[in-house]
Amino acid sequence: MRYLPLTDTDREDMLARIGVSDVDALFSDVPADKLLKAPVDLPRAKGELEVERILGKMAGKNTAASAVPFFVGAGAYKHHVPATVDHLIQRSEFLTSYTPYQPEIAQGTLQYLFEFQTQVAALTGMEVANASMYDGSTGTGEAVLMAHRVTRRRKAVLSGGLHPHYTAVVETLSEMANDEVVVLKPDVSAQEDILSQIDDSTSCVVVQSPDVFGNLRDLKPIAEKAHAHGALLIAVFTEVVSLGAVVPPGAQDADIVVGEGQSIGNALNFGGPYVGLFAAKSKYIRQMPGRLCGETVDSTGQRGFVLTLSTREQHIRRDKATSNICTNSGLCVLAFTIHMTLLGQAGLARLAEVNHANAVRLADALAGVEGVTVLNDSFFNEFTVKLKKPAAEVVEVLAAKGILAGVPVSRLLPRAGLDDLLIIASTEVNTDEDRAALVAALVEVL
Amino acid sequence: MLNRQGRPTQAGEAAHAEHATFTGNKALQQVEPLIFEIGHHEATGVDIDKPAPFKSRLGKHARQGEIGLPGLSEPETMRHYVRLSQKNYGIDTGLFPLGSCTMKHNARLNEKMARLPGFSDVHPLQPTSTVPGALDLMLELARYLMTLTGMPAVALSPKAGAHGEACGMMAIKAAIAAKGEGATRNVVLVPESAHGTNPATAALIGFSVKAVPARPDGTVAVEDVKALLGPDIAAIMLTNPNTCGIFEPEIVEIAAAMHEAGAYFYCDGANFNAIVGKARPGDLGVDAMHINLHKTFSTPHGGGGPGAGPVVLSERLAPFAPVPFIHVENDRPHLVESRGESPAGNQPFGRMTAFHGQMGMYVRALAYMLSHGSDGMRQASEDAVLNANYIRAGLADLMSLPFPDHPSMHEVLFDDEWLKGSGVSTLDFAKAMIDEGYHPMTVYFPLVVHGAMLIEPTESESKAALDLFIATLRDLAIAAKGNDKERFTSAPHHAPIRRLDETRAARSPVLKWEKPAPAKAAE
Repeated sequence: MRYLPLTDTDREDMLARIGVSDVDALFSDVPADKLLKAPVDLPRAKGELEVERILGKMAGKNTAASAVPFFVGAGAYKHHVPATVDHLIQRSEFLTSYTPYQPEIAQGTLQYLFEFQTQVAALTGMEVANASMYDGSTGTGEAVLMAHRVTRRRKAVLSGGLHPHYTAVVETLSEMANDEVVVLKPDVSAQEDILSQIDDSTSCVVVQSPDVFGNLRDLKPIAEKAHAHGALLIAVFTEVVSLGAVVPPGAQDADIVVGEGQSIGNALNFGGPYVGLFAAKSKYIRQMPGRLCGETVDSTGQRGFVLTLSTREQHIRRDKATSNICTNSGLCVLAFTIHMTLLGQAGLARLAEVNHANAVRLADALAGVEGVTVLNDSFFNEFTVKLKKPAAEVVEVLAAKGILAGVPVSRLLPRAGLDDLLIIASTEVNTDEDRAALVAALVEVL
Repeated sequence: MLNRQGRPTQAGEAAHAEHATFTGNKALQQVEPLIFEIGHHEATGVDIDKPAPFKSRLGKHARQGEIGLPGLSEPETMRHYVRLSQKNYGIDTGLFPLGSCTMKHNARLNEKMARLPGFSDVHPLQPTSTVPGALDLMLELARYLMTLTGMPAVALSPKAGAHGEACGMMAIKAAIAAKGEGATRNVVLVPESAHGTNPATAALIGFSVKAVPARPDGTVAVEDVKALLGPDIAAIMLTNPNTCGIFEPEIVEIAAAMHEAGAYFYCDGANFNAIVGKARPGDLGVDAMHINLHKTFSTPHGGGGPGAGPVVLSERLAPFAPVPFIHVENDRPHLVESRGESPAGNQPFGRMTAFHGQMGMYVRALAYMLSHGSDGMRQASEDAVLNANYIRAGLADLMSLPFPDHPSMHEVLFDDEWLKGSGVSTLDFAKAMIDEGYHPMTVYFPLVVHGAMLIEPTESESKAALDLFIATLRDLAIAAKGNDKERFTSAPHHAPIRRLDETRAARSPVLKWEKPAPAKAAE
C-alpha cells in the first residue's frame, strides 16, 4: 500500500524489538471475541488511477456552477477566486500543520490568524474578531450563547429575515439548553416590528442584513432599543462581499457580528467547509468562543504571535468553557486572508460594486418579464421575486434547460405559504449572456 | 520600530549574537512584517473592470469612507505568504507526533479529487436533480463509515469533532426526552482523562457533569461506573482507546451497565485510528461515536481546521439524527432538509449547521478509504499501533511510563517522573525537540498524569524515521538527566523565533494590528 512505509521485514524486526510474537498481542486489551479476524466487507486497496476513475464518475454527474448561468445564493455564493489563493493554501507547511500549540514553529499560521482577525475587525467595523468558527450558522448559535453569558438572560429574539437554516441551528441549540427563542414570521419585505419584541428579559436580538430575501436593514434603531433594555444586538450576514459596499454592522452599534466568509477565497463545496466570521465589542472578549491569536514577544524581545486567552476554552475550563469548540476553519481562514490581501479595500469595493451592478441589471431586466415581480426596495447582490407559478417547479424546469435560477423559498421554508417566491443571487461571475438566458427562459416558462 | 503598544516590530536584542545580520533575516528564514505594515490602501492584486454606470439600490445603506484595509499586488502577496509558510512545521516537514491528533500523511490525490468541479463547484441549494453524484458520494462515505464501525446509521453534517460530540449528545438527549425522562436524566459521566471537549459538550447541551475516576492502571473500571449509575444518569462519554493510549478492557461491560440503567454510551472517536478494521464500536455497545475525518481518514489538519465530525448512531439513536440527511426509498436517494418532512419513524432533533456538512472533507476521506481499501485500513491501524509500541520499547528504559501494565495502542504516554530533580520541565523538553527538527508530542495532556508527554507517530512513519526519532529522544533524555539544563530551559534556539511569552499575551491582549502611534521625541 503506497502510503504505508513499513515492510514486512520491518514489522518482524519491530515486533521482535517489542518482544511480542505478532501484532495482535498489542491488541490484547480488546475482548478476544470482538477482535476482527479479517478485513471488513469493503473493496480492497486501489491505485490512484482507479480512485480517480471512481470519484471522477461521481463528480461528473453533478452540474458545476461554472458550467451554466448560475444564480443560486441564499447563504453560499459563486465568486471567482484568484489562482494564487489555491496555490498558497496547498503549500505543505500550511496544509499539513495543525493548531499552533507550539508557537515557535507555527508563526506562519499564527501570523495569518492575526492578519485575519485584523481584517475581520476592519470589515465588520468591530473592535475584536476571533480566529473563525465552522461557518456562519454555527457562529450564530455561538453568538446567542455568548449573549446569554453576557446578559445572564436566556431569551433570544430572531428576525424573520434571518436565514431559516441559521434560525434552525439556533433553535436546536436553545432547545437543548432549555433557552427561550422567539422566532418572528418570515419577513419578505423587511417590515416586521421587531422592536416591540424587545423587553427586559431579552438577551439578544438577531438580525441579518442583507437578509435572506436580500433586503438591507437598518440596524441602528434595533441596537438602540436592545441597549435600552440591556440586551445585545447580534448582526448577521451571509454575503461578506456586501461589506465592501454597505455600512458595516459595527458602525450601527452591533455588539456581536457573525457572518459567513465563504465568498472570499473559498469554493462552494456543496456547503462546506466554510469559514465563520465572528467579531464583538472588546468588552466582551473574555466571553467569546473559539480561538484567539494575540501578539507577544519572544525571549529576545522580537515580536511573535501565540494563541491566547485560552482559559475561556474547553481544554482548560472543561465544563465551564465558553464553548466546546476546539478547532476552527484554519485553511479556509488562510484562503480568506490571502484573497482579502489581494483585494485590499480598493479591490473589495470594486468587487462589491460589480456584484451590485450585476444584481441591479438583472432585477431591472426581470422586472420587465410578465409574471415576475421584484419585491425588494433595497438589496446588494441578491433579491427575491414573486412568480406566477410555484418557484420550485420553475427552478426544476430551468435546471433541465441548463440554467440554475436561484433558491425557491419553499426549499428553505416548506409549508410557509411562500411557494411563489424565488431568491436570486448575482455576482461578478454573471455575464450579459447569463442574464439574457435567465430572462428568456423565464419568459418561456411563465 | 514600535507598535502602538510600544512593542518592537523588528528584530530584537538578538542582533548582538554572533554573525548577526543587519536585517534580522537568517538566509531562508525571513523576518516578515504584517500585511498592514507593507500594503497600501490603494493597492490591489485583483483586476476587476469598473461596471458601466447604473443606478444603485443600496439606498441609505451605502458604506461611507474607507474600510481601512491595505492590499498587495500579486507578487507581493505570493512572497508574503510563502515566507510565512516557511515559519511553519507540517507533516511534510518531519515527524509530527502530536498525541490524540493523528498527524498522518495527507495524500495529494485526495486534494486533487476534492477540487473536481463536480464536488468543489456545486452549491448546497442547487436542485438535487443537478447533483446526483454529490448524494452518491455522501451515501458511499456513509456506507464505509457504517461498515467500519458496525453501526446502522450515520449523521454526516457535524463540522468537526466537538461538533460531532454535540450532535451525538443531542441525539441522546432527544432519545431520553422521547422516553419521557427529560426532566430526570440530566447527568453525564466523564472520565478525568477525557478531552476537555467532552465535559464542555455535555454542559453545552444542558447536562451536568460527574467525573469518573480512573484506576491506577489508567483505565475505567465497570465497578466504578456502576457505583455512579442511577435514574439521573443520561450517558457516559468515554474515549476508546482512551487518552492514555490504552484500549478500555471493560468497555463491553461498561456499555452493558449503561444500557441496563437506561442510559447511553457515547464514545469519543478521536482515537479510532488504532482500531479501524480491527474492532467495531458497534460490537462494543457504543450508541454514538463521532469520527474525526481529519485524523483517522487523513483530511488535512490545515493549521487547525477545517475538520469534519460525522457521528455513527446505534439502532436506539438512529431515529434522532439531525437534518439534513439522505433517505433512500426504492433505491432513490432523497434529501430530507426539514424536521416537518421526515419520513415515518424519524424524529430528527433539529439542525447542526446551515447546509450538508463538510463535503470537501467527505471527498478527501473517501479517496483515502478507496485508496487503502479494507485491507489497507486494517494494516494502517496495525502499523500505527506497532509504531507507537516500537517507540515505547525504545524509550521505556530512560523515560517513565505511568501505565506500564497495558500495551499502548496508537500512542504512548510518558509522564515527567523521569525528569524529577533535573530542573527540566516537560515544556523545556518539548522545546528542545524543536531544535532537533521535530514537532513536539502533545504535552500536559491528559491531565491525569503529571507533565504528560503523549506520542503518536501514526502509521505514516518508516522504521528508519522512528529509529532516528528514538535515538534523538534518547540523546535528549540523557542530556536532560545529565546536567545540560540550559540546552532545555532556553530552547528553542534554532526555530524562526525564540520562546514566546504566552503570559504577556494573555495579560494585556493585543488581538489585531493597530496603526503605530506617531514616533515620540527621542527618549
